[in-house]
Amino acid sequence: MTEPLVRPKRKNPLQRTRQPLSPQGLRSRTAHGLTAAAAEGRFALQVCEDCKTVIYPPRDCCPSCLSVRLPFRDVVPNGVLVAETTVQVSTDSYFRERTPWRVGTVKLDAGPLIVAHLHGDTQEGQRVRLALKLDKSGSAVAMALPEKDTPNMADDPHLREMTCDPKFRRVLITDGRSPVGQAMAKAFADAGASIVFVGIADPWKPFPGLDALRKIAPVEIVPLDLTDTESVTEQAEQNGARIDIVVNTAEHVRSGGIVDRHGLTVVREQIDIRYLGLVRLAQAFGPILRARGADDVNAAGAFVNLLSVHALMNWPTYGSYSAAEAACLSAAHCMRAELRPGGINVMNVFFGPLETEWFQTVPPPKLAPSALARAVVRGLQEGLEDVFVGDVAEDVRARLAVNPKALERELAS
Amino acid sequence: MTVDALSFARAIAAGQIRVVDLTQTLSQDFPTIVLPPEFGQCAPFRIEEISRYDERGPAWYWNNISLGEHTGTHFDAPIHWISGKDLPNNAADTIDVTKFIAPAVVIDCSKECAADPDFALTIPFVEAWEARHGKIEPGHWVLLRSDWSKQDFTKYANLRDDGAHTPGPEPAVVKWFVEERDVHGFGTETIGTDLGQGHHFNPPFPAHFYMHGKGRFGLQCLTNLDLLPAKGAVIIAAPLKIKQGSGSPLRVLALVS
Amino acid sequence: MISGKNSEMISGSQRKSYDDVVACLPVTIPYRRYSTNSAHWWLGRALQELTKRAKIRPADIDGLAVSSFTLAPDTAIGLTQHFRVSPRWLDHIPFGGASGIVALRRAARAVQAGDADIVACIAGDTNHVDSFRKTLSNFSRFAQDAVYPYGSGGANASFALITKNYMNLYGAKREDFGKICIAQRDNALAIPFAMMKKKLTLDEYMTARPIADPIHLFDCVMPCAGAEGLFVCREDVAKSLKLPYVRVLSTIERHNAFASDPIQIRGGWAADISDLWSMAGLKPGAIDFVETYDDYPVIVTMQFEDLGFCKKGEGPDFVRSHTFTNDGSFPHNTSGGQLSVGQAGAGGGLLGLVEAIRQLIGEPLGSAVPDARTCVVSGFGMINYDRGLSSGAAILARA
Repeated sequence: MTEPLVRPKRKNPLQRTRQPLSPQGLRSRTAHGLTAAAAEGRFALQVCEDCKTVIYPPRDCCPSCLSVRLPFRDVVPNGVLVAETTVQVSTDSYFRERTPWRVGTVKLDAGPLIVAHLHGDTQEGQRVRLALKLDKSGSAVAMALPEKDTPNMADDPHLREMTCDPKFRRVLITDGRSPVGQAMAKAFADAGASIVFVGIADPWKPFPGLDALRKIAPVEIVPLDLTDTESVTEQAEQNGARIDIVVNTAEHVRSGGIVDRHGLTVVREQIDIRYLGLVRLAQAFGPILRARGADDVNAAGAFVNLLSVHALMNWPTYGSYSAAEAACLSAAHCMRAELRPGGINVMNVFFGPLETEWFQTVPPPKLAPSALARAVVRGLQEGLEDVFVGDVAEDVRARLAVNPKALERELAS
Repeated sequence: MTVDALSFARAIAAGQIRVVDLTQTLSQDFPTIVLPPEFGQCAPFRIEEISRYDERGPAWYWNNISLGEHTGTHFDAPIHWISGKDLPNNAADTIDVTKFIAPAVVIDCSKECAADPDFALTIPFVEAWEARHGKIEPGHWVLLRSDWSKQDFTKYANLRDDGAHTPGPEPAVVKWFVEERDVHGFGTETIGTDLGQGHHFNPPFPAHFYMHGKGRFGLQCLTNLDLLPAKGAVIIAAPLKIKQGSGSPLRVLALVS
Repeated sequence: MISGKNSEMISGSQRKSYDDVVACLPVTIPYRRYSTNSAHWWLGRALQELTKRAKIRPADIDGLAVSSFTLAPDTAIGLTQHFRVSPRWLDHIPFGGASGIVALRRAARAVQAGDADIVACIAGDTNHVDSFRKTLSNFSRFAQDAVYPYGSGGANASFALITKNYMNLYGAKREDFGKICIAQRDNALAIPFAMMKKKLTLDEYMTARPIADPIHLFDCVMPCAGAEGLFVCREDVAKSLKLPYVRVLSTIERHNAFASDPIQIRGGWAADISDLWSMAGLKPGAIDFVETYDDYPVIVTMQFEDLGFCKKGEGPDFVRSHTFTNDGSFPHNTSGGQLSVGQAGAGGGLLGLVEAIRQLIGEPLGSAVPDARTCVVSGFGMINYDRGLSSGAAILARA
């Protein structure tokens, strides 16, 4: 049974902060098929299209029939832990400071043998289920979990290296004015975050939900205006060193396209709040997060981008909105590369229209802010990198995978 | 009377004429007017460092700023309002520059405003003021002292779910100022020259409607009006020369002898 | 899909013997823990030693087989210019611990067919302070994708899993593995350049630092710098050079055998073992000593089984019933093997072969196996993913 995590003590200010390290993240191009699956929390291996052999390690040629048609497919993740060892001596600096480290050989029911990290509740000879996780390098690794959930299993130190569980972490919700920001504050409080900083711009502008927000125990309202570089910088200077997760809830949803729009004011606001706001956050908080990637139990762990799924393909009804979201998506890819040395997970959470006022005229299905917030928390608990929440997001993603051009035409009609 | 510009400068240097700054500091958190979100919005003041003696510019410090024409302490030109759109010389760049220096009267409503944030200035109130201070002469700014500039930003904007609640003039007194007193313009300490609830008047926003309709000017977000005499101050309020500008942030100075 | 309709049409043909093929001139460049020299330097010294002792010019060598992990970006061809040799037969053999046997097999056929007269087989590596880690982290694509990110324990971790499984299945105890290591250490005591030449006790073995359970410190080889070399030629050539030689009776080689065994419990030897013995015309009982590939004693135990000295699963009992010392029963790894001498990278693949020749020609560096006439040498290498892929063995006999 996993020892439950204890609330970390206040940091000793005389103690040096441990610098973040990563395991080797180099992978073959094919092996990044696992990374793609891990990013979304799926367990997928190559399955030969011709002879159905399930393949591991990733190959470019089927070891059973030499076919080169080897797509990644979801596979039943169950198997037996045949043998285990505890690595005491490692050549890698990351593992050296984390040994003893258990690894084992899992014989998957589906066929192949997988060397995997072991959750503390797995036992040699017992059945296990494998999960693909992103390690601190951002590449995929297999981790064997106990067949059935065990008490406090999320607190396993090996597993916590590959997740960013909000429990005992300190979170910044960048904009608490919106229903999404408020739902997020509640979800993180429910998930055991020790402090939930909630940013509010223009505090002289009243807004609904403020009183409820104040009643959430770990919530601390802080001044934060993403359109104001100085405000973002000041917040980072003040609280950055005790913020482990940043969730950017700033939004600017307006209907209307590019051609049929009068002037730039709205577009500029969208870019200012969404894209430039993200850049301001990245510049102010990114370096601090990156430096604190190995700072004990509540090490910095994630930067969460909430993105319209139409960042992936423009929805002309909300055309300039989609374009601003696309800019944020692109920035997120850059941030991933830049924050990787700290092991910071830049998690992109894609959603369709929300049950909020700015999507008032959009027909259902629409996503409740609370559902979005729960998905964010779950994604962090599972260590995901790309999360698609709700029917519309899933639908757009599926259609995009099949035929992007068809999706472009469909969204235009 | 011989007017000597040099003597004027000497009087200022010698402190015989006081200069009072009526301007709020341009800062990011100073409230701007809030319109319903589906309308276009006035940009708040923003400042981005270009360099500060660093790799972006080793020996110099400077900033790029962005803001709306109606951000911070600002001047409203007649072209700002639909009622003044067709007047000659109605924009920031075309207004006769002599209009940028004019005397002012200050009507102290601070007690009334403290008691009622929706305080509306009326003709009888002004007539009572004139009974004490004399008639308002033509060509004067009328400045409404509410001490609103001394509030914190939340009370300053004073937004409730039915909108802002800040003092201003009722329609009749504005019309009267223009038609009966031939005033130069109207100035306030609040975010607008009109009441926060001024859109419920007929016409809505009467200070804008009547003043600009007759080619008069507006000043808002003023401060330090409590340092001015009821009569006798001269206002220097020269907006930036923005091409077809509807107004402009500016430094407003009062000269008091 | 591949139908395999014609599979049955392919039938095994009789292998030709190695008549007239001999191996000679065992050379070792004394090992060092770390070296600032390059692999080129170490291999060059081996080649220099070979030519010096054969009293020939480098240009007289018309065949060259090279094995090394740390030669990058060069391979054998780069060495020809580096050393200014002009062979008419050249091979680069990247099979790690199996390279020695593979080099012997290829060279034997080359000299037998007349494609070359003298093949110098050289193997070795340098060991910089960080070259071990670098070799591990990009050893193979599968290692990079599916092994190294898991604790980066290297071969220790991979063999820990193999060892653990073997112990679970066949009841081997750590003490059994300890016995192999201790006997090898005894054999190494007289080898001047052995990395470890202090007597090892069972207590020290058992209480040594854990590396990757159940692997402890003395189950592991010590990486070092060094090189090994030998000649393969026809008997008449060896005679004309006045070099004592040994005969090659039989060889086998196999890669990626038993791919469907969940965890490695046998090496490729088991697939070809009858071939090895029948070609040599010998039975296991006729063998005087054995040189196994010994990076981890579990593999040694498997070789006892797979080479035919006992049945699968009887390895632990076999270990318990022999001394493995040069003066005892079943002399094994007579110079101490890599476990005591050290692992000079790919040089480890030649170590057993070189030592076997020394014993058979009566010129051992350490203690001699009494009346040594026949010997089995085996090689094993390339933990590509979860198991060693390459295996080979040869039976050598005193001429």
